[in-house]
Amino acid sequence: MLDPQLSAGGELRHLLTLEGLPAEVIVRILDTAVPFASIAERDVKKVPLLRGRSVFNLFFENSTRTRTTFEIAAKRLSADVINLNIGFSSTSKGETLLDTVDNLVAMNADMFVVRHSQSGAPHLIAAHLDRTGRSHVHVVNAGDGRHAHPTQGLLDLFTIRHYKKEFRNLTVGIIGDVLHSRVARSLIHGLTTLGTPEVRAIGPKTLLPTALEALGVQVHHDMRTGLAGCDVVVMLRLQNERMKGALLPSAGEYFKHYGLTAEKLALAKPDAIVMHPGPMNRGVEIDSAVADGERSVILPQVTFGIAVRMAVMSILAG
Amino acid sequence: MGLPDAERTIEALAERMRGAVAFDAKFVGIYSGGAWIAERLAAMIDGDHPVGYIDVSFYRDDFSRTGLKPEVKRTELPFEVEGATIVLVDDVLYTGRSVRAAVNELFDFGRPARVELAVLVDRGGRELPIEPTYAGARLAVARELSIVLSRGPEGKLTLTTEAGGA
Repeated sequence: MLDPQLSAGGELRHLLTLEGLPAEVIVRILDTAVPFASIAERDVKKVPLLRGRSVFNLFFENSTRTRTTFEIAAKRLSADVINLNIGFSSTSKGETLLDTVDNLVAMNADMFVVRHSQSGAPHLIAAHLDRTGRSHVHVVNAGDGRHAHPTQGLLDLFTIRHYKKEFRNLTVGIIGDVLHSRVARSLIHGLTTLGTPEVRAIGPKTLLPTALEALGVQVHHDMRTGLAGCDVVVMLRLQNERMKGALLPSAGEYFKHYGLTAEKLALAKPDAIVMHPGPMNRGVEIDSAVADGERSVILPQVTFGIAVRMAVMSILAG
Repeated sequence: MGLPDAERTIEALAERMRGAVAFDAKFVGIYSGGAWIAERLAAMIDGDHPVGYIDVSFYRDDFSRTGLKPEVKRTELPFEVEGATIVLVDDVLYTGRSVRAAVNELFDFGRPARVELAVLVDRGGRELPIEPTYAGARLAVARELSIVLSRGPEGKLTLTTEAGGA
């Protein structure tokens, strides 16, 4: 089956998921993000690439960091940015998703950045646009349900490559709520495609999906075995709802077993980096001493996220 | 059609610049050919000439037609642009569009006191009101051909023609 993200010639038209995306497309995005990262050091932090284009941020689900970094990325490309918090507007009046999209295309949208609590919503929009002959309009998935968060996966890959240079000799540990995490899913697909030899998922049984081995991921329930020899430690956010859902006894109990402390981090390689997609729960999945420590690259991740989103948007719009 | 020898043309370009270019002018090469030439000129011409590099991909006027090229290099200007005398350096001057893009990009780093243009080869065919301050050679080449500068293993530069206008 043809990947709906790619044109017949293999050009990226929408960014919906990292699953199945060819390595050369991923590497091209990462390579293009490098010169974009340096734009932040200039007097004028803007390039004219998307001048006259309109990027619509369609957020059906709350987000601060992702929406803001997409907005900054689009503005640094000189695009016009329109933010819509759909939860509070048309849909509450009964308009369907695709009617909303059609109306915004009638306002000359060139790109949609879509976050939705339903997995597949960005695919639905992309397929609708292609089917109705408006394939010049591009869709970027900014997180859909439990499915995918490709730009987060790409910025994680960019961060890992920045500090570790090469994927082919790395051990990457992803710790926590992998089951509900679209961030983990996208990162796992990206790491695998780029040839990372060892990807581990570490967490309690209740928070790890069952099919991980099929993705080539090693499963660990003990932090001691899981962290041993890791070059990269990726902490996931523990969502408070999970406590209520009886998947976990308490936040304190979780921290005791799976919270990243300096003692546990000592099990990883001495030069291991610590990542977190944010927002962090200090004292739940990560100790403040680690989050603010010298091996943490959590804030550089945010900065790199802007450059990676600029790369995605400019490759799509070109 | 015979093209001039690139090494001799660089010497001719350097000779034109000697005594004319400011003692503290900063040389900014446009990737990739212009970057090689800027480095060579800085070594050949007396004075204090730090070298910077510009990749104009984010400022090109044909982005909506051709998209972004696969390998964009990082623009690096390791000096203050504000108030500086800048010599933009390129290998081949043709339509003038790359130079237009480079000037725009330069101004996003600051307001230079003066901007000059040095090119190895001026092949005419301008589509914008841009003229070189210094040119190593001027020649006429058929529209269908593009002039390509390449660098050999020991840094030796060579000019060739390829099918497909630049």
